[in-house]
Formats: sequence, structure tokens, C-alpha cells
Amino acid sequence: MPMKRIGLIVNPIAGMGGAVGLKGTDGEEILDKAISLGAKPISPERAERFLSCIRHLSGKISLLVGAGWMGEFEAKNVGFKHIVIGQKKDKTTAKDTKEIAEKMMGEGIDLLVFCGGDGTARDIMDVVGIRLPVLGIPSGVKMHSAVFAINPESAAAIVSRFLWEELPLKEVEVMDVDEESFREGRLSAKLYGYMRVPYEPEIIQGVKEASVLTEDELYNQLAVATYFIERIMKPDTIYILGPGTTTRAITALLSENKTLLGVDLLFNGKIMKNDVNENEILGAIHGKRAKIVVTPIGGQGFIFGRGNQQISSKVIREVGLENIIVIATRHKIKGLKSLRVDTGDPDLDQRLKGYMRVIIDYGEEYVMPVR
Amino acid sequence: MGEFRQAKWPEPIIFEVGGKGRRGYSLPRLEEEELCEDIQSYIPEKLRRRKDPDLPELSEVEVVKHFIRLSQMNFGVDNGFYPLGSCTMKYNPKINETLASSDKVRWLHPYQPEETIQGMLEIAYKLSEWLAEITGMDKFSLQPAAGAHGEFAGALIIRAYHKLNGELERRTEIIVPDSAHGTNPASAAMAGFTVITVPTDEDGCINIDALKSVVSSKTAGLMLTNPNTLGIFEKRVCEIAEIIHEAGGLLYYDGANMNAIFGKTRPGDMGFDIVHLNLHKTFSTPHGGGGPGAGPIGVKKHLRDFLPVPLVEYDGEKYYLDYNVPYTIGKISSFHFKFDVIIKAFAYILSMGAEGLERVAELSVLNANYLASKLVKIKGFEIPYGRNTFRKHEFVLSCSKLKSETGVSAKNVAKRILDYGFHAPTMYFPPVVEEALMIEPTETASIEEIDKFAEVIASISKEAYEDPERILRAPYNTSVGLVDEVKASHPRYMCLSWRMYKKKFKMGEKY
Repeated sequence: MPMKRIGLIVNPIAGMGGAVGLKGTDGEEILDKAISLGAKPISPERAERFLSCIRHLSGKISLLVGAGWMGEFEAKNVGFKHIVIGQKKDKTTAKDTKEIAEKMMGEGIDLLVFCGGDGTARDIMDVVGIRLPVLGIPSGVKMHSAVFAINPESAAAIVSRFLWEELPLKEVEVMDVDEESFREGRLSAKLYGYMRVPYEPEIIQGVKEASVLTEDELYNQLAVATYFIERIMKPDTIYILGPGTTTRAITALLSENKTLLGVDLLFNGKIMKNDVNENEILGAIHGKRAKIVVTPIGGQGFIFGRGNQQISSKVIREVGLENIIVIATRHKIKGLKSLRVDTGDPDLDQRLKGYMRVIIDYGEEYVMPVR
Repeated sequence: MGEFRQAKWPEPIIFEVGGKGRRGYSLPRLEEEELCEDIQSYIPEKLRRRKDPDLPELSEVEVVKHFIRLSQMNFGVDNGFYPLGSCTMKYNPKINETLASSDKVRWLHPYQPEETIQGMLEIAYKLSEWLAEITGMDKFSLQPAAGAHGEFAGALIIRAYHKLNGELERRTEIIVPDSAHGTNPASAAMAGFTVITVPTDEDGCINIDALKSVVSSKTAGLMLTNPNTLGIFEKRVCEIAEIIHEAGGLLYYDGANMNAIFGKTRPGDMGFDIVHLNLHKTFSTPHGGGGPGAGPIGVKKHLRDFLPVPLVEYDGEKYYLDYNVPYTIGKISSFHFKFDVIIKAFAYILSMGAEGLERVAELSVLNANYLASKLVKIKGFEIPYGRNTFRKHEFVLSCSKLKSETGVSAKNVAKRILDYGFHAPTMYFPPVVEEALMIEPTETASIEEIDKFAEVIASISKEAYEDPERILRAPYNTSVGLVDEVKASHPRYMCLSWRMYKKKFKMGEKY
């Protein structure tokens, strides 16, 4: 077996805003404020914790690290053999994270491990997207994304399993929480995109329950998609497919392409149009039979009004409330207390409230309250 | 607390011990047995085996040592406390075994004519009548060979009933609560129904509003366990029955938790139409690797004609097998019933008597609540849902708090429990409880055992807050230590037979 190559990028300032009550460290101004408030770096220490757990692999894998405190010093402190990428800098920014990630991609790596928070995750995603498996060592203030391990030790466990077990890869959400409003106490999270992580349900955060009995999430999606196609889908009906990997499993099974973050139209088993906006949907469904297929956002439960504003209140009224189909995996449903709606139309929101069925497996539906 | 240490033998697989030509001793054949000598000639030439099977060859003493060693590394209701929730791992009285191993039972043959098996049929008939009385049903079939088999038979009866009424096309949905036994949705799905899962309320009972929102003319039936898997009695069960019956559906009762209500109340009185019972749980016949189970199914009068055949009947003079059941779902076992299990359940009921059975329910409920009241006070543990209500025969402990504060999960606690000579509780079930440990002490646990178990949980809690690392690597005192679960369940490492092992080994793969 050829030697595996792992990249490690540490965002040395990640998480510094947390302890001093700034709820994040995005932007230079905030960082200066954090330092003036006495914030100490925390991610180098967490990266070292991670490296010490896999020290036995030193020399057995190629470890590519960012220069200086972006990985090099941590590896040195632990005594882990490494290859330095990029130039050492005193002050690091998002640009450095992106540049090093870019260079590591060019060098060729099997897995990119980063140490930081949601902001770092988004920087990494901008560069690697879903082209490369990644794993986050949690060290930020906000970690709403599902790309993180529970702690540095579990990140190490995932890496060692990934190296020889070839854990399945799963696309999980990267979230963008607006720091400004978060500081004011409002949580406004939106879906930023998806990255692929080695899937280990017990120690990847965001997958709430740790059950040895749960089915593989991917097979669950396949079962939902199969059920939808075999038993639910009707001819001559336009299906408005919302964003997400669960809805995309349907088109994948039909050998059609769906956008991950956009809304797409499906008709008689073929994609009519990708990435449509509100007006395009309204134009397409006018006078035709149409149904909406959506999946709740993991951890939040929104089925309307987050990441799928294209499916507007107008669209929902035109299609009819009885023609909304909600699909999700068991994992996702277990992490939710209820479904939520925020269509921007209070009257419609009120009508959507009550109970709704969610297709969670082949021939299996779960009744969820809608709030 | 004295320390537990399980026997640990580096015991090879039986194929790896012994040697060519080694034999045990058996008595020489009787002369009349020689008559059967030419049995080979009855088998067509092309079906006859050409090579001897690859069986291990051992001496008697090697066989005895091998199996005694394995038994010493085993754990069961005969050597320890076994609080495996919803499995009712009660002690199985030895008198049951004495009766079941009598020659009169062992030498019965399923092809014997009815007039020669009147005793067996009488036992089966009486048992089925008693089960009907205990559950409030009108007739039982003893055909199903296991609990889930009985459930599946129940789902098929629901199907057959709607089919006869010409409503099967329309009635495609079976409703189950999310605290249902895992096999309920499976049985319904296998019978061709769509499963609609209804959430549990904060009080641990079915959310009636959610239930009402999905009941319709599509409803074929509802599957329910009462008390449910949280150990909580569904107070509004009569209202639930009314909702389902009004919509034209049938009610199915999963008898897995029958131990809690023996002699106190009956599914029939709650409005259920169909019931299955686990003889291997409530009625003390062995299970969990200790023996085969049986899952008799009972129904109210209006469904009698759908039961699996044969039914055992009595015409006032003789007992007989009744195959003349008009709309039967068919025969679902090769032969009449599992008589080895049935006779043990029969002996159990007979030895306990009506009063004794009622006492079983009382003690199992008392034991569960006594233990729950001790465990709920231990740091890191809680018992969610219906916080102020008593449990019935079992309860579900959540390690959620312990996990977030120490990193020690329900699985880790379960593994550590093994170090003290106890079997682990059922874990991660029901799925409505985070980090669940489902605990059922049963009526046969002594107060000393229950107290000791509570002490063990308290010491595990203490250890979790002081030295969590130690728990994460448990167990230490068992024959087999912590296994890598990913590896253990990976097809690459599985060897399900000696032949498979040899084949993989020969291919040069390393283990």
C-alpha cells in the first residue's frame, strides 16, 4: 500500500474570541480586540493533542503541515515527522489558510485535517469543496457545521480508522452563522455548502445519537430515494426538489444531475431545469400538477425559509399544502424535536403548523410536529 | 465489593483440537436396530455423499473439556443478574426442564397419529385456553415459533381481515409509536404495509394529537406494547382503541411486556383484537442462546377464522388438530407447535397458579421501581419521560448527562458493568431516549442483587468523573475484552464457518 498523505492546517487564532465573550474571531478588528482583552491562542494546543494521539504513525504516513504555527511548530513540539508547506508568518489570515490548502491539494493528499471553527471550515471549503475528504479538529467558537470530530482525540481515532479501514465518505453541512447578529444574541444560520468527511457516526459531531444499531446513513438515503421513486412519484407531475443530499439521492438514482444547494425541477424522471428561482418555478408549474419535495436542515429542522427561499410562500400556495413531501434520514429526524417553517408569510406559516409526515425509510413515515 | 473474574481459556476452535482416529465411546447397537442397516439404499445414488464430511475427531475427554471450558466463559440467568430490558431474563425453574426432558416428551414424533398423542394435545389445548384467559382473547394458535414470528402472523391476520372485507387496496398503513419494539415496524413492513411512526409525548405516552392527525380510512391497524418500552403504562389506551376502531382499523398487542400486567389487567379488556405472547420471556422458557422460543398468537372471536393452522381443539371426548379454519393465513411452522417450549410454559403456569402469576407482576414492578429510585439519584444519570410516574416492569436510564460531562457513553457504562459479574442492560433502545440503558430486573432478582447492581452503577459514575479513561477501555475482568466494533462487524474479518476460515486463510489474507 502506498504511503498515505495527510494535510494538517491549524488556524492559530481560531477560537480566541470565545473565552473573552466575543462569540467569534472573524475579521482582524475582532482579533485585535480579543488580544487586547487578554485572549490566548487555543488551537495550537488542540492540534498538538491530536498529533500526540497519532504519534505512532510518525514516519508511516506523510504529514504535510502549514508553516509556522499553522502546523509546523505543533508537529515539532510533538515530534512528528512532517513536510512544511508555505512560508511562516507572524500574523495569519483566511488568505493563508486558503493558500496552504491550495498548495496541499497540488501536492496530492488523501485527507485534509484542519484545526479551527466554522470560519476555517468555510475557507477550506472554498478551496477544496467536495473534491477531497476533510476533517475538522474543533477549536473555534461557533461550530455549527457537521465536519468536526467531537474533540482532538476522536479526530485522531477517525484518522487512524480512515487510514486502513477506508471509512465511507459522507457529505455533511458547512454552516455560516452571521457573527454580527450572533453577537447580538440572534442565531441566523445559513447553509454555506457541503464537504466530505470520513463517516464515523459515533464521534463526528452533529450526529446526535450514538447508536450501534443505526443503519448506515447512506443506505438510508438510498432507501428513501428508492421508496420515493417506486411508490410516491407519479407521472406528469412536476416535482420541485429542494436543496440537500437526501433530495439529491433521488436524482442520483434516476441518473440525473441535481444541484446540491439549488432548487431543481423534476418531471417524468428527468430534470427539467436546474437551479431555478422563484419566478422560474411559478412559470413552470402554472396550470400543471406539482409537488414540493424538501428535507429539513440538520439540527435546525427548517423545511422552508432556510437555504430554499426560492420555494416561496407563493410557490407553496400555488402547489397546495397537501402536496408537500418531506423526506429525511433517521439520523436527521432523531436530532430534531420538530420541523420549523419561516416562509415570510405568517398566515401560511400558521397553516403549515400542526403535524406532518416525514418519509424516513422505505415504506416508513414519521409524524413530526411543525412549529 | 468482592472482585469478579471470568474464566479465560485460550480455547481453540473444535476443529483445531483432537486428531485422526480419536473417538468417544458409545454403547453397541441393539440387534433390532440392525434392521435399519440398509437405510442407504433408500437414497438415490446421485444424492449420496461421496466424501466423508470434514468433521473434527476427538476423544470423549477432549470433548468434555472443550465444552466445559466454553461454558465457564459463558454468562446466563443461571450464574448472574441479567437486567436486559424488554427481554424478561427471569430465572427458568429447573422443574420445567425435568418435565421437558422426560422420555414421554422427547420420544414424541410429529407424524404420530392423533390418538397416540392425546397427552401432548391436552397440554397444548389447556395452555392455549389459559393464555386466552390471561390475555382476554378468545382463541390462541400455538404455531408461531418466535416473538417476531407471532407479530408477523398478527400483521398477516390484519391483512387477511381487510382483504376479506375488500378494503386491503385502501388500508395500506399501520401505525406504531416511536417507542415500539423494533420488530413491530419490520413485521408490518413485511406484511406489505407502510409504517407510520407516531412520536411519544413528554409523559412517555403516545402523542394522541399526532395519532389523530394520521388516522384515516387508510389505517389498517395499530401495533402497541403496553406498558411500552419506557416501562410506562399507556393511560389512554381505551381512547386509542376507540380512535383506531372508529376508523375501521384493528389493534395489535405486542406481548413482550406482559410480565408487568399478569393477572392485573388484560389486553382484551383494553380493546385489543390480536395479541402475541413470548413464552420465552413471560412464561420462563429459556432464551438468549439458551433455547428456542415460541410466540403464540391469540385473537378475539371475530378473528378466530384467520388464525394459523392447526388449532388444537377438544370435542368433549378427544383432543384434535383442527385444520378447518375458513380464512386461515395458513401454516407458518413445519409442524404443530414447539412442544418442548410449550410444556415448559405449561409447567410454569401450573406451578405458579393464578395467585403466583399475579405476584410475578407485583414483584417485577416493585423491583423495577426500587432499582429506578436508587439509580435516578446517581450523578450523571436520569430517567427521562414521565418523571413523576411509576414505571411498570422496566425503566430506561439515560447517560446523556454523564456523556456530556465525562465523555463516558451508555455503551462504555454497559461494558464496565460486565466487569462486576452482571450482564449489561439493553442499550440505545428505545431510540426516543438519548444514551439509553434499558433495565428490567424481573421478579426473580433478589434485593441483595439489586442493591449490588445499584452500588456498581454508583461506583461507575464516580469513576467516570475521576478516571474516565479507565472506563473507555473496559471490560477488564471478562473472558473477552473490548472489541473493535468496526473491525468485528466488517465482512473482511468475518469467518462464519470453518470452511470460510480455511478458504480465506488459504487465499493468504492475514487476520
